[in-house]
Amino acid sequence: MSDNDALIPEAGTGPAAQPAPVRQGMWGKGSGDTSGYNGLRRSVEWPAAAVAPYGSWFDDALGRLSQLVADPFSTVVVDHGELTVYVARERIVEVMQALRDDAYLRFEFCASVSGVHYPDEIGSELHVVYHLQSMTHNRRIRIETSCPDADPHVPSIIATYPTVDWHERETWDMFGIIFDGHPHLTRILMPDDWVGHPQRKDYPLGGIPIEFKGTVVPPVDSRRSY
Amino acid sequence: MGIEDKVPQGVVLTTLEGLFGWMRQASFWPATFGLACCAIEMMTYGAPRFDAGRWGQEVFRASPRQADLMIISGRVSQKMAPVLRQVYDQMPNPKWVMAMGVCASSGGMFNNYAIVQGGDHLVPVDIYVPGCPPRPDMLIDAMWKLKKGIVAKRPIGQNEIDFQDAAEAAALVAPATHEMKGLLR
Amino acid sequence: MKETTDFYASSSEGVAEGAVYTAMGGGDWADIAAEQAERGDETLVINMGPQHPSTHGVLRLMVEVDGETVTSIRPGIGFLHTGIEKNMEYRSWTQGTTFVTRMDYVAPLFNEAAYCLAVERLLDIEDKIPQRASDIRVLMMELCRIASHLVAIGTGGMEIGALTVMTIGFREREMILDFFEAVTGLRMNHAYIRPGGVANDLPETGIAQLRDLINWLEKHLPEYAAFCNENPIFKGRMCGIGYQDLSACFALGVTGPILRSTGYGWDLRKQQPYCGYETYDFNVITWDTSDAYGRFRVRLDEMWESLKIVKQCADRLEASTGEPVMIDDPKIAWPAQLAVGPDGQGNSHEHIKHIMGESMEALIHHFKLVTEGFRVPAGQAYVPIESPKGELACHVVSDGGTHPFRVHMRDPGFNHLQSVPIQCEGGMLADIVVAIGSLDPVMGGVDR
Repeated sequence: MSDNDALIPEAGTGPAAQPAPVRQGMWGKGSGDTSGYNGLRRSVEWPAAAVAPYGSWFDDALGRLSQLVADPFSTVVVDHGELTVYVARERIVEVMQALRDDAYLRFEFCASVSGVHYPDEIGSELHVVYHLQSMTHNRRIRIETSCPDADPHVPSIIATYPTVDWHERETWDMFGIIFDGHPHLTRILMPDDWVGHPQRKDYPLGGIPIEFKGTVVPPVDSRRSY
Repeated sequence: MGIEDKVPQGVVLTTLEGLFGWMRQASFWPATFGLACCAIEMMTYGAPRFDAGRWGQEVFRASPRQADLMIISGRVSQKMAPVLRQVYDQMPNPKWVMAMGVCASSGGMFNNYAIVQGGDHLVPVDIYVPGCPPRPDMLIDAMWKLKKGIVAKRPIGQNEIDFQDAAEAAALVAPATHEMKGLLR
Repeated sequence: MKETTDFYASSSEGVAEGAVYTAMGGGDWADIAAEQAERGDETLVINMGPQHPSTHGVLRLMVEVDGETVTSIRPGIGFLHTGIEKNMEYRSWTQGTTFVTRMDYVAPLFNEAAYCLAVERLLDIEDKIPQRASDIRVLMMELCRIASHLVAIGTGGMEIGALTVMTIGFREREMILDFFEAVTGLRMNHAYIRPGGVANDLPETGIAQLRDLINWLEKHLPEYAAFCNENPIFKGRMCGIGYQDLSACFALGVTGPILRSTGYGWDLRKQQPYCGYETYDFNVITWDTSDAYGRFRVRLDEMWESLKIVKQCADRLEASTGEPVMIDDPKIAWPAQLAVGPDGQGNSHEHIKHIMGESMEALIHHFKLVTEGFRVPAGQAYVPIESPKGELACHVVSDGGTHPFRVHMRDPGFNHLQSVPIQCEGGMLADIVVAIGSLDPVMGGVDR
């Protein structure tokens, strides 16, 4: 993304009270561009927080979770038939344990852990998204937690789901999120002595200009984008 | 070291060169250096339909000590780069390198932090094969161009020493690969 | 830079110091060796890979052996990390297909399918994909499954010395790749499944070629069973090796043939169907020994089930000839219609005539879709599919723009390699190769 993309954070609604960023157009701002894109304002609308009842099996499952863990989640989003539950990082270990062990929930399989970096969400820039699957009940749930850039710590759930070993290492490697309690949080995809966390939005894509006969095309992250 | 070192430069050496070159290209064994998708096409190159065994090349040597050719087949990541160099260093002379696919030639479609933009940043490449991945037919064509055009013509004896000295002298003054810019103008 | 003496280097003139510098500098090797020296026992520390003929790609294994028994094994990955996920954040949604297809390069169509299904879920067009497109997707995926299992069985066999299994495996695979080439234009890394449908329809001779392919496979697939199933060396090498039971599979996130070899019939095509799999008639193959031999038998029988599905697809596609293969929405459907012309593959003459001469809107849509791409509403989606290796899923986050905000592919190999210690420790050195072969990791997917 190029620096021309100015995003004006506003207090907005939406999950985890994140600001609704606004995109401004690419060209213009005194550059002489007359295409009209300069005046383009497009706001990003994240899926709104759902209100109970959520539908399908979601209410029963979340009700059961609330019985087992005090105040387990802050927001719930139901979008495209998928349930996303926002859990504070202090609660994540308890919640995961309850999700796995309780017979009504029985999410015995953690499919994946991914990090997402939202640079505009001041105070909770780094999100960790856990996808759990219950084979007993044939259901899937997404648990999302976040931590600020200034304090990128999230408790590790490796004691509940051993499979997240390498997933958490990858999320540390790519985003810089430190999983407290992970026995060996080291780099896994990048060389051991690499500096920086590549998949963060403030890390450049890196790359070299592409040379053609008579012209040079800049690498992808320096080209203009829409 | 061998008989070719004692033969003075001249007609006899040139004839011997032809013989050595023919033998080298006839028994041209690659090291297993399959990295990514191109490795699968390299495997089909050795498989029945495209059959590199027709010219004695189905023996991919696992040990670089026994190999003449390193086919860099696939994208070279930053973590793999030192390994590539070490395997290249472990190959005895004379050795050749083929950059198979666009990732090995120039970084391919991955113009980013993780991929070395071309095997030639690490090792001297003798022939580049474009394609993503190149068909085994393209690999056969490139292999024969390499064999007949380059391997068969490799000098021996005193000629080889001169050849190596000239190559070293050229390499010492040449700019690094990442500094070579504007060559297409 | 660590200096080592190369015993093969000539000690006469021409070599400057008589030594060879190794660029690795030992890496962490010095630490590993020092750690073992401290313990002072008879354990040998061996480094397998990343350049190794039997580690299924660039996988590094740090193995500690006591005699022939493996006491500790640690896989090291990342040697093929390509930054695919970050690269996709700078390309349009359709271009994401070309990146994602190079992850698991042995079964490329599955990566494309997982990604496109996730994007279609975000676009809310899951039920608007034409039936013919879904049928073609199933056909291509099942053929890809057969091809991937052939590679798994072939390379697994080669690694234990059964070279013929590899040669016949690749022979069958070539016939499948011929069909792929006829339909998509490429043997591998097709970028064929696009958000909205598939890139182009089957060629006119497609169904006939498909029927020939089915006949060929029916004739030749029994050879694998004949070669391997009761072969005493095969069984000796594979029975009881790489044991991993059901609870270990769940704890370590293992799916696919490995999970099914424990006896648990979990197959996402049946449990959480996509692309119309619920309308096809096929069985889920399980075995009960939880070892490498069980996984081999599961893969072998899955090839037959896939062939069953392919036959059903052939009938359906023959019946639905002429129907569209791309969604009917001009704001999303990939506009280009490719054909092979005098200078290679490019837009077909009819398509160019249409956009240049007949319809301004078509030209505008073509231009905007190819340069800018379509916009995907903000949100996130996670779509899992049953790839030949296991559960392959795509977690995609959109911020409403023309580029993905974040794409994370959940690759089965990444999870399965975590099982290497549990399968290999306590076994013999030679069994490591068999165990990893039965896990069938593809390093492109593991490292992305």
